[in-house]
Amino acid sequence: MIRALLPPAVGLAASPLLFAVINRTKAFFAGRRGPPLLQPYFDLWKLLQKGATYSRTTTWVFRAGPVVGLACSATALLLLPWGNLPALVAFPGDFVLFAYLLSVGRFFTVLAALDTGSSFEGMGASREVFFSALSEPALFLGLAAVAVRTRTLCLSEMVGAISPSAWAAEGPSLVLVCAALFAVLLAENARIPVDDPTTHLELTMIHEVMVLDHSGPDLAFIQWGAAVKLWLFGSLLVGLAVPVRTGDAWLDGAAFAAGMLAVAVLVGVVESCMARVRLVRVPVLILGAAALTVVALVLVVR
Amino acid sequence: MTALRLQNCGRVRLRDIPDLPMSAFCAGLVQATGNGARIASLFGDPDGNALRLYAILAHPDTGELSVRSARAADPYPSLTRDCPQAHWFEREIFEQWGLRPEGHPWLKPIRAHSSYTDFFSVEGEEIHEVAVGPVHAGVIEPGHFRFQCHGEKVLHLEISLGYQHRGAEEALVGGPSPRTLRLAETLAGDSTIAHTTAYCEVVESLRGAHVPAQAQVLRGVALELERLANHTGDLGALAGDVGFLSTSAFCGRLRGDLLNLTALCCGSRFGRGWLKPGGVAFDVEDARAKELLQKLDATLKDVSAAANLLWSTPSVLARFEDTGKLSKETAEELGLVGPAARACGLERDARYEFPSGIYRLTQVPVSLWRTGDVFARAYLRWLEIQRSAAFVREQAASLPAGPIADGEAPLEPDSLAVSLVEGWRGEVCHAALTDASGRLRRYKVVDPSFHNWMGLAMALRGEQISDFPLCNKSFNLSYCGHDL
Repeated sequence: MIRALLPPAVGLAASPLLFAVINRTKAFFAGRRGPPLLQPYFDLWKLLQKGATYSRTTTWVFRAGPVVGLACSATALLLLPWGNLPALVAFPGDFVLFAYLLSVGRFFTVLAALDTGSSFEGMGASREVFFSALSEPALFLGLAAVAVRTRTLCLSEMVGAISPSAWAAEGPSLVLVCAALFAVLLAENARIPVDDPTTHLELTMIHEVMVLDHSGPDLAFIQWGAAVKLWLFGSLLVGLAVPVRTGDAWLDGAAFAAGMLAVAVLVGVVESCMARVRLVRVPVLILGAAALTVVALVLVVR
Repeated sequence: MTALRLQNCGRVRLRDIPDLPMSAFCAGLVQATGNGARIASLFGDPDGNALRLYAILAHPDTGELSVRSARAADPYPSLTRDCPQAHWFEREIFEQWGLRPEGHPWLKPIRAHSSYTDFFSVEGEEIHEVAVGPVHAGVIEPGHFRFQCHGEKVLHLEISLGYQHRGAEEALVGGPSPRTLRLAETLAGDSTIAHTTAYCEVVESLRGAHVPAQAQVLRGVALELERLANHTGDLGALAGDVGFLSTSAFCGRLRGDLLNLTALCCGSRFGRGWLKPGGVAFDVEDARAKELLQKLDATLKDVSAAANLLWSTPSVLARFEDTGKLSKETAEELGLVGPAARACGLERDARYEFPSGIYRLTQVPVSLWRTGDVFARAYLRWLEIQRSAAFVREQAASLPAGPIADGEAPLEPDSLAVSLVEGWRGEVCHAALTDASGRLRRYKVVDPSFHNWMGLAMALRGEQISDFPLCNKSFNLSYCGHDL
């Protein structure tokens, strides 16, 4: 029980570090030194100290958005295994719950955005909903390919069954699934090339524009929720891409940590080396990822 | 005679300017612009109880300017229908003097915000309106943008400015004085040299001053350094807008390095205090010229690397190409100037068409690109960076030495002088009228932004609203230069 609580606890606590690693990677490419590794924590702490400002036009939906968002991400953490170590909650079909927990979080973020009545936020909400509707098939088809290979519908068992021998047998399809999951990770977490998390240009934003009106602790919750979400997709990707299953908790843990670090660095490298795609081209990117998972699925069931 | 011809930086006596009936004045403008002339300036000046309109046209075919005037008749048939480049000028005159152009397609003030007319609105199923600004999410100048959209597609954009109006033209009246020189420097902070050069040339022309060669060369160097710094900064900002980190980060630093070259010459990064009527206030000795060239070469090497990274990154080109397209015909009709016009294939460059100062002796080749999209406006900046750098290298390597300023003298009374200067953003036009005692009676400034804001609005038709910031940056127009 204690051991099973470890992954979600670490996920909650360590997820902001991913942002720090991404920022440091980008700073390296920009020829700068970059913010300290603990900067995301300082930011969260600063925001938690502040008061929140609410527009008179908003209702309880606006206030509920950040809380529900973080709660959904945190709950999804309970479903995610760490290599051999099964998740606290594991049952057949739990990956559907995993996906839709994130959707509930997004649903409330979108509602909160619409609640402000701002035209920007409405635009962001429409973009977010459109793109996430496209990335959902990519995620499901990818997981379906893995499920077919591992003959189970339980996320813990699926990830646990990915061993070096599984990679030897189904390497090509796993590569495709991992590539697609990485694209979904970028899209779902509002990273370049889909969205630019650092821009100040309201008209180009997708995710950021939806949370423009949140302040203080609400904003802290949103940022923390975003970090946890990145952690979720990252650890799913690492679970599939790094088949180190020695049984030694320390060794497996180290492999997982190294994998997460690599994912964060990779995100940073992608953000440093390419521009955002035009907004109308984003669906092409996400559907491309979905196409990869279809190919993976075909390879697995052939 | 319908118009008086003069050279750039020329001076004419007010009584020599043809005084036309309003109908002949308008017909003449329409005919001249139809023959390829551009409206450099069109403004009103109170004449007793009446209003006198002055039009300064630029004729690229002969390299001359022309000036004509008319006692305004109110109302009068609008010029804009036959001559779209008069659009903004007519609105300005309407705002300042209440002179009503009948049949103007969209008559409302360009700076005041007393909701004179509502914003243009599109109606229909699924049409929505997006209002941006005047307060923006970044630390940038204030302007209000009203989009009429269908989904992500922009059907119409209306730009509403005036939030930075300071009464600069009125404050210049009564000059010249040390104070008006400082005012000229701050008409648009990023174009300090361009505006100050134009101001100095107008005052010198009214004085009949002889500007020494060394000062002429240094003014050219200052103007090109300003162009280098701003174009480099723009390339970085364009990269930043598409989220391309490397060029954005490096150009941000390199712009600073280039501004420091101006600081090396005069102590101010924007060139404040460098120029003064009659010449320049600071000389550049051989040792400093050497240091300038050395630093310029080092910086240019980095700029070249950062810029070429843009042109070799497919994801960047995919964003730049075919975004915010403007046709050559539209650019010509609207009377666009500067890089925005040259990116549409219009050969418009005051350094070439109406040279003054050092540009009479040394040519900077006109850079052109024909596609009229964001890529064209970005790539044109890179072409101009290279040519400006070559100019600075050539000039700073062989400074003529000698005196750097002419003495002061009284201004010619009852005269008009005009100066066109090709700043980094485009043609800066200053026109000054003196009174009987030789003081500035009316001072008219036309910043290139004044011509170009409409171009941005047109470039966005049918584009994605998410591409607006990128298009906006590719024009990079001045708010304070427009609002004055």
